[in-house]
Amino acid sequence: MSSDVHAHADAHHSADDHAGTRQGQLIGFGLSVVLTAIPFLLVMNGSLDKQVTALIIMAFAAVQVVVHMIFFLHMNTKAEGGWTMMALIFTIIMVVIALSGSLWVMHHLTTNMMPVHEMGSTP
Amino acid sequence: MFDTANLTKLIFGRLTLESLPLHEPIIVGTFAMVALGGLALLGALTYFRLWGYLWKEWFTTVDHKRIGIMYMVLGIVMLLRGFADALMMRLQQAIAFNGSEGYLNSHHYDQVFTAHGVIMIFFVAMPLVTGLMNYVVPLQIGARDVSFPFLNNFSFWMTTAGAVLVMCSLFVGEFARTGWLAYPPLSNLSYSPDVGVDYYIWALQVAGVGTLLSGVNLICTIVKMRAPGMTMMKMPVFTWTSLCTNVLIVASFPVLTAVLALLSLDRYVGTNFFTNDFGGDPMMYVNLIWIWGHPEVYILILPAFGIFSEVTSTFSGKRLFGYTSMVYATVVITILSYLVWLHHFFTMGSGASVNSFFGITTMIISIPTGAKMFNWLFTMYRGRIRFELPMMWTVAFMLTFVIGGMTGVLLAVPPADFVLHNSLFLVAHFHNVIIGGVLFGLFAGIAYWFPKAFGFKLDPFWGKMSFWFWTVGFYFAFMPLYVLGLMGVTRRLRTFDDPSLQIWFIIAGIGAFMILLGIASFLIQIAVSVLRREQLVDTTGDPWDARTLEWATSSPPPAYNFAFTPVIHDNDAWWDMKRRGYVRPLTGFKAIHMPSNSGTGVILAGLSTTMAFGLIWYMWWMAAGSFAALLAVAIGHTFNYHRSFHIPADEVVSVERARTELLAAGAKS
Repeated sequence: MSSDVHAHADAHHSADDHAGTRQGQLIGFGLSVVLTAIPFLLVMNGSLDKQVTALIIMAFAAVQVVVHMIFFLHMNTKAEGGWTMMALIFTIIMVVIALSGSLWVMHHLTTNMMPVHEMGSTP
Repeated sequence: MFDTANLTKLIFGRLTLESLPLHEPIIVGTFAMVALGGLALLGALTYFRLWGYLWKEWFTTVDHKRIGIMYMVLGIVMLLRGFADALMMRLQQAIAFNGSEGYLNSHHYDQVFTAHGVIMIFFVAMPLVTGLMNYVVPLQIGARDVSFPFLNNFSFWMTTAGAVLVMCSLFVGEFARTGWLAYPPLSNLSYSPDVGVDYYIWALQVAGVGTLLSGVNLICTIVKMRAPGMTMMKMPVFTWTSLCTNVLIVASFPVLTAVLALLSLDRYVGTNFFTNDFGGDPMMYVNLIWIWGHPEVYILILPAFGIFSEVTSTFSGKRLFGYTSMVYATVVITILSYLVWLHHFFTMGSGASVNSFFGITTMIISIPTGAKMFNWLFTMYRGRIRFELPMMWTVAFMLTFVIGGMTGVLLAVPPADFVLHNSLFLVAHFHNVIIGGVLFGLFAGIAYWFPKAFGFKLDPFWGKMSFWFWTVGFYFAFMPLYVLGLMGVTRRLRTFDDPSLQIWFIIAGIGAFMILLGIASFLIQIAVSVLRREQLVDTTGDPWDARTLEWATSSPPPAYNFAFTPVIHDNDAWWDMKRRGYVRPLTGFKAIHMPSNSGTGVILAGLSTTMAFGLIWYMWWMAAGSFAALLAVAIGHTFNYHRSFHIPADEVVSVERARTELLAAGAKS
């Protein structure tokens, strides 16, 4: 039990420079606002091509995920003896395999197997 | 306007008297038997005043050992149901020749093969595997319980709730007629308008919650609660394989949940994810469900590999050969199991590049598995092998599983798969690996750890009967299916035209009957062992002269497992302690902090069952009411502050003194 208590104390005090402190929370908040505002502006303006806008939004979303993990979930390479990082890496591998594999497989299946008339009707 | 018909519909949804399968004499007969048996059981429980005992000591328990035993009971009960389905299929296929329709109509037969698959995987193999992990892992790592004891109880009851729903479908309505993975478009509303697929969806969703949470629980237990000194590379192999299995559970079950949720959206609110029209794509369902489905088979087999490792090293009297390579093989299988899912649908038309990639990854996965096989062989090499029951199952596994593995590699070659896809060859292959691997492993594990759980060994005679009936029966039942598959017979057929095939089905039927004798012998074995428990008693806590930590405590272990948390210096911690002349501490016991029992898990799972039942039958009031109650009870439980208590030091002292006396008496006799 006592080791648990220590682990908690460690996570609160000696965690990464920013995470957990008021300053860290504010930086995270600021970054989140900026990262949300820019995609909004891009859509409102409509100045860029539709596809480019979509890609940029996705890129910002990915960055946003990382910001949340660092500043709000207080993740770093040392937390919980490295287990958090390990779990994150494993999750990323799994998600990448499942998503890229599905896209690859489904692309092939769509090309080879879907009836032609339906292909034509999709924009 | 509110007329009676509308009111009935509002209350009962789609449930009418016609939903009860009164026109199926087989089901009515089964129902009569089950009802009589059930009434007798309930009557006996009431007569012997066991309800209070069961509720207080078992249903509401948070003790990982008791929950583990309850999982095993669930698995064995469901094995009887799943096996009854298997026997029915074997009988139907053995007689439906020369124009005979057999004795099952297609409506019933299709439900039988679906229910067989679903039950055997989700409600037999999964509970048995989870049960063993639950029982053994905390003991092996020197912990007092799992990380989240209440969650463990809740997980068990959710799994049971899923099993209850599947059993309901036998007597109220019908079960899915789609095959065990319910591929659309067949499982869509347009082709399966009845409740069968809804039973399927909700049984798996409810049980899936339990499986996922128990996965989280065991990962957390293994990562955070190991005894001091037990580094990752000093963990017993069974704990390692359990860790990898639970990582697989946590990573893959959400995919199943998501894909079933999409299917239910298609069925309930008319979306078009997997329909034929309006941009739906049934192939996406197949793709997604196998992203869960392939890791699932490794979820089942990895703990079995762990059991074989423990058994081989114990009964060879040697340290496990190649511990490090065993661990790495397990981890590699964990990752690779995510890279092979497409081999389940080579024939769907992905083309050469995709098929060859997945064919090659599938063949690669046999390398770490083969490495494990050699590790076990080298452990046995020059060992002092004792052919007790667990070891016999292990040897049978090594012979049988290799055949299954080889046919698996054969199926991994896409051109060969185009010939064998969905044939009885495939059916023979996966039964070969699941029976020869998972089930033999579970029987080895049950025989191995039973004395730990109950304080007496299982009767060896009936165990050997069960062993020989199972293994011989297995070969009789499934080798003919390989032959038939090579001749081109496809799976799930109800009647046959070619009379020359009949002999093979008759042989397979004889094999199934031998397996029936094997299951009966197993049940007799348990009964006989309980009756002969005085002769079979184990006073030492270590009846096999074993190596890992669970054998350091008494059999059965006290509620707190270990009076003092052991300190680990070696892989085979208990062997190391024995060798160094470890002396059990006899004084200095302190009060032990333990979690309290809770009935909330039973209530939550019960409400989940009624919610699922309401959703299946479109009784929306029932679903909504149960959901509201579910939330209320869950929130209410967070205000329960009586979560733990202390076992007083006096009680620990008296339990430990009883053990000291038992050990002394055992040493004398």
